Order: sequence, then C-alpha cells, then structure tokens
Amino acid sequence: MARLFSMIGSRFVIAVPYLWLLVFFLVPFFIVFKISLSQTAIAMPPYLPVFGLEEGGSGFVRNLRDLSFENYLWLFEDALYVNAYLSSLVIAAVSTLLTLLVGYPIAYGMARAPAGLRPLLLMLVILPFWTSFLIRVYAWIGILKPEGLLNQFLAFLGIIDQPLVILNTTSAVYIGIVYSYLPFMVLPLYAALEKMDYSLIEAAQDLGCPPLAAFWKITFPLSLPGVVAGCMLVFIPAVGEFVIPDLLGGSRTLMIGKTLWDEFFFNRDWPVSSAVAVVLLLILVVPIAYFQRAQARAREQES
Amino acid sequence: MASLGSTRRTFAPWADPTAKPYIRFENVTKRFGDFTAVDDLSLTIYEREFFALLGASGCGKTTLLRMLGGFEQPTSGRIFLDGQDMKGIPPYRRPVNMMFQSYALFPHMTVEANIAFGLKQDGMPKPQIAERVARMLKLVKLEPFAKRKPHQLSGGQRQRVALARSLAKRPKVLLLDEPLGALDKKLREETQFELMDLQYELGLTFVVVTHDQEEAMTMADRIAIMDKGKVLQVATPAEVYEAPSCRFVADFVGSINTFEGSVTRAGSAACIRDRSGAEFRVADAGAAAAGDTVWLAVRPEKLRVSRERPADAENALDGEVWDIAYLGDMTVYNVKLDDGRIVKASTINSIRRLEDALTWHDRAWVSFSADAGVVLTR
Repeated sequence: MARLFSMIGSRFVIAVPYLWLLVFFLVPFFIVFKISLSQTAIAMPPYLPVFGLEEGGSGFVRNLRDLSFENYLWLFEDALYVNAYLSSLVIAAVSTLLTLLVGYPIAYGMARAPAGLRPLLLMLVILPFWTSFLIRVYAWIGILKPEGLLNQFLAFLGIIDQPLVILNTTSAVYIGIVYSYLPFMVLPLYAALEKMDYSLIEAAQDLGCPPLAAFWKITFPLSLPGVVAGCMLVFIPAVGEFVIPDLLGGSRTLMIGKTLWDEFFFNRDWPVSSAVAVVLLLILVVPIAYFQRAQARAREQES
Repeated sequence: MASLGSTRRTFAPWADPTAKPYIRFENVTKRFGDFTAVDDLSLTIYEREFFALLGASGCGKTTLLRMLGGFEQPTSGRIFLDGQDMKGIPPYRRPVNMMFQSYALFPHMTVEANIAFGLKQDGMPKPQIAERVARMLKLVKLEPFAKRKPHQLSGGQRQRVALARSLAKRPKVLLLDEPLGALDKKLREETQFELMDLQYELGLTFVVVTHDQEEAMTMADRIAIMDKGKVLQVATPAEVYEAPSCRFVADFVGSINTFEGSVTRAGSAACIRDRSGAEFRVADAGAAAAGDTVWLAVRPEKLRVSRERPADAENALDGEVWDIAYLGDMTVYNVKLDDGRIVKASTINSIRRLEDALTWHDRAWVSFSADAGVVLTR
C-alpha cells in the first residue's frame, strides 16, 4: 500500500512540470494562435469568431470555418513587419556579439581570480537583478540624454563641445541590451571557463605555444559551449525585446516587440498582433533548437 | 618495445669527476607566501640519466619539476640546462617537455592532433608531422586509436597519449609528474619497464617525480629523496636502500628496524649499547665517536628468526612472536621484545615447509650479523 502511494507520489512529482508547461505555456499559445486566425472586430473581445459553449456543435463548426490565415499573409505583404523582423534580428545579433565581447573578458577574469574571491565577483554580476529591470533602463535615459551624465562628463573633460546624440538612436538600444543582458552572457561563460583544467594551458605552453595562441587553440574552443549558451540566452530575448527599444531607441528604432505592442494597444488589432507573436515564436524556434542540440552535444562530450 | 635490459651498460657519470652535469640546480629556493616549498637546494643531473625525485606529498618535488619546466620561477638561486641559465625563459621556449600528472590531454582534439600539437607549434612541414605522429603512435602502440578523442580512451591509453605527445618534439629532457600514478598496479609495473626501455632507446634524460618508492627504485639511475624542500640523499637505488644517509631516508624507503643507543666503541668492530642495555656488535660505526647517540638501522630481511639462539649469532634479541604476515614469497614476523618494542623480520620462503613454522605467541630469537645494519647519526 505504501509502495502504491510512493509510486503515485513519484508520478505526481514528474507530472508537475508537465502540467505547468501545459497550463501556462501550451494552452496560452493555442489561445494566441486561435486569435491570430480570427478577424478584428469592434467588440469585446475585439475579434471574431468567439467560441462559446452555448452555440453547440454546429456553431463550433461554423466558427471553425471563419478562421483563416489571412493575417499571416498580411504580415508578409506589409513591408513594415518584414523590416521589423529583420531589424530585430540584426539588432539582437549585433548586441549579442557586443555582449560576448564585453562578457568574455569579465568571465575570464572571474574564472582566473583567486578561488576565495570568485563568489564575491559572481555576486557582483548578479547584483543588478536586485533592482527592477525597468528602473535600470530608465536610469540609462538619465545617463545618455543630451544634458545627461555622460555628455556632462565628456564636456567637463573637454572631449566634446556639442552633446552627443545617443538617446533615441540604435546605439542607445545596443547599450541598453548589452548592459541588461550581460549577466546572462557572463554566467554561462564563467561556468564553462571555471571548470576548465588550467594544466591544459600549461601543457599547451609546454609544447611551445605562447599564451595568446594557447588561448585561441585551447581556452576558446573549450569555452564554446558557454559561448553558445550565453549567446542564445542574450539573442533569444533580445529579438523580442520591447522595453529597451521603447525607452532608449525612440520612434526611429524598428523592433518587432515594439511593433507588436503598437498593434495590440494602439491599433487594438489583436488578431494581427497575435500573428506577429506566433511568427516571432517560429523564428526563434530555430536558434532554440540549435541551442538544445549544442547543449546535448556538450553533455555527451563531458560524460 | 623489445626488452633492452640485456644491452644496458653500467652508467654512472656522477662518479666521474670530469663528467659535465646536464641540469644544475644552484641554491634554488622557492617560496609561496610564507611557505618554503624548495629550500636552498642544489642538485646535478647528468645527460641520459633517469633521475627520480622521491618524497611524500608537499616535500617540494613537484615544485622543483615545475621550475625546470618553467611554470614556476625560483625565488632565488639558478637553474642551468645544458650550460644555459634558464632564468626568465618561458615554458614555451624551453627544450624540455612535461608529462602532466593529470595528462592534460586536449579534450577537443583527437589523439593524433594531441600528439601533433607541439610539432605544429614549431612550424614543422605537414608530411613530416604526419610521419612523426605515426612513429609516436607506433611507439606507444596506439595506432588504431589515432582518430579517437581522449574521453574515448582508457586510463592506460590516455597515459600513452600523454607520453607520446611529450616525446613528439624530441625534448632534451622529459619531465614526468607522477607518470604512473593513475594506473592500476599491474599496468603500472608493465609501464615502468616500458618507460625505462624508451628512455634508453631514445637516449633522453628523464626527470620523474614520484611518491612511490618502488617505482623510483625500479626505474631510476639515481634517486633524490626530498623532505620539507630539502634533498636528504641523492644516490643509486641500492645505496639509498643499503646505506641511507639518515633515519628519514631509511624509514621512507622500505621498512627498517632502528635501535637507538650510544656508541661504546667507535670505528670498525664497534659497539653500540641500546637503551634497554643490550650491546650490539657493529662492523663499522663510520664517523660516530664514542659516546655519540646513534641509531642502528637493520632491514627486516637481514634479521633471522629462530626458536633457539643461533650459536654463531653476533647480535641476538629474544621476544614473542606478535604478528605474522604470510605473503607467499616471504613471511614477515613482528617479534615483540620484552620491553615492548616490535622488531620486524622477514624470511624468504625458499622451502615448501609448512610444519614446524613459528606461530603466534611462540618465544623466538631475532639475530643479525655485525655487518647487517647501518649506523645513522641523524
């Protein structure tokens, strides 16, 4: 009897994450997907058809016939959406690269720091999370605006006499993304670099390899799983990023997250914005699948 | 690798005053903060020598090896290799290669690529690299595994890859840090002889760090026994065993019985009275003067165990058989003297004789000749 309970118990424990994914991910996805196939309407909710239990089986079939992929076709007909997608991918890719360039030396320095100091450094990387993301992005407005801290400081040093225009440009978006996502890059890189056996570098040097060459031939290839993980963790959310382009990028920065927001709240076109979201998801499935495969490969290498 | 044991010759450049040392440590000290790992150490190693640094962990032997490899810089003192001062020369410009204790194989490269790594660094032409790698693979009998990654190999195979990689560049000196430490006993014994043959065949100088005295005794031409950053004795395995320089060496290499006492008659045909009052006759007390406190050290196999006191015994003690360890080829008796001291004596079981053997709690005599022991003054 006790065994039966423990069996049911263990099944239940396994079921919890699946249930979670079903209720909070799969079901909402299908709701969004269904809305993306609907037509916009001046109603509450603002789309048609609305499935209801009171209409019975024939009503259900009629409603089903009303669904169409029209909104998706629309997305590809209007250059705005295609451009927004492309621009999002480019901005995300460039900021991922920049984050990698900034994050790698940080992670490397942390991994090579004395063992006693490492928890403190790790803590410092995580520390920004203690402040709300929104507030930190707002703070960048104060730094980057024409009469902001950065311009004042540069003018004080005499480097510039005209304030630099950074706020409301793509540069500000890059700065915002690199700053906000840096910990997501540093942590997996640190994990990969920290577990690396330093005697490998010594062995490379012993075999006639100067330190810089040893880095490119040994350290960097061995940190690749960390590089891939970090890049994915930055790239995937950066593609759909809304807050940073909205607050720092101004109206000229075209990103899909912002387009989606405008579609949803200004145009009140739920079906089209849902279609935008579904297509975004499909676009991101590719790097996510690649990431999963890379992770599986890395695990296999280790065992 | 055919056994080359029979072609080995007497090799003793250290006994030749005209021989030029190949590696020279001159008053080398290495400190890590407050800790002195190597303490004012001087040492010479000759070309083609198989030299072992033997000591417990923390004795400074690995630090010494790493200084030779260029991974640590001496705090003071100088290291010469083939007449050249090694000061400030980084590891990648030294004509030595190291086989790391962890093997340090590059996990993202195949066996082949691991072995070729050092050759590529030197800018060797590709066909020559391929040829050298093939030769190395053959040398360590790993031809079928050339395309494997290190994680697909067994411990013994990895050890061979590490060896092949460190030999590929034909270094003047090969440094080996606990080369057999990760292998099981049987494989270790086999590999010991292979290493010796390899070293002889290639005419290289090997400096090996080990904590395993048996390993050092088997392989090395000379052994340096280290403790607390100092070298206590540098000698051939036989000298280290039969004529240890001090109690630490005597105790560290093999097992030994030591009797503390004072010299009652110095010189040859000396006498030592131990603290229980027993008088030992000793063939040679060396430099010890009458009245000095000394330790008479006798190896277990030089003691004889018998029921009766042998008539011709020069030195004899009686006690009770306290413990017997039957090891097949030999039997080790622990005989407890009446004052509580335990004396260890081993007997080769050269005759298949099962009856009339001594057994637990029998009264027994342990005896030894005047030249069986060595007199130690420290």
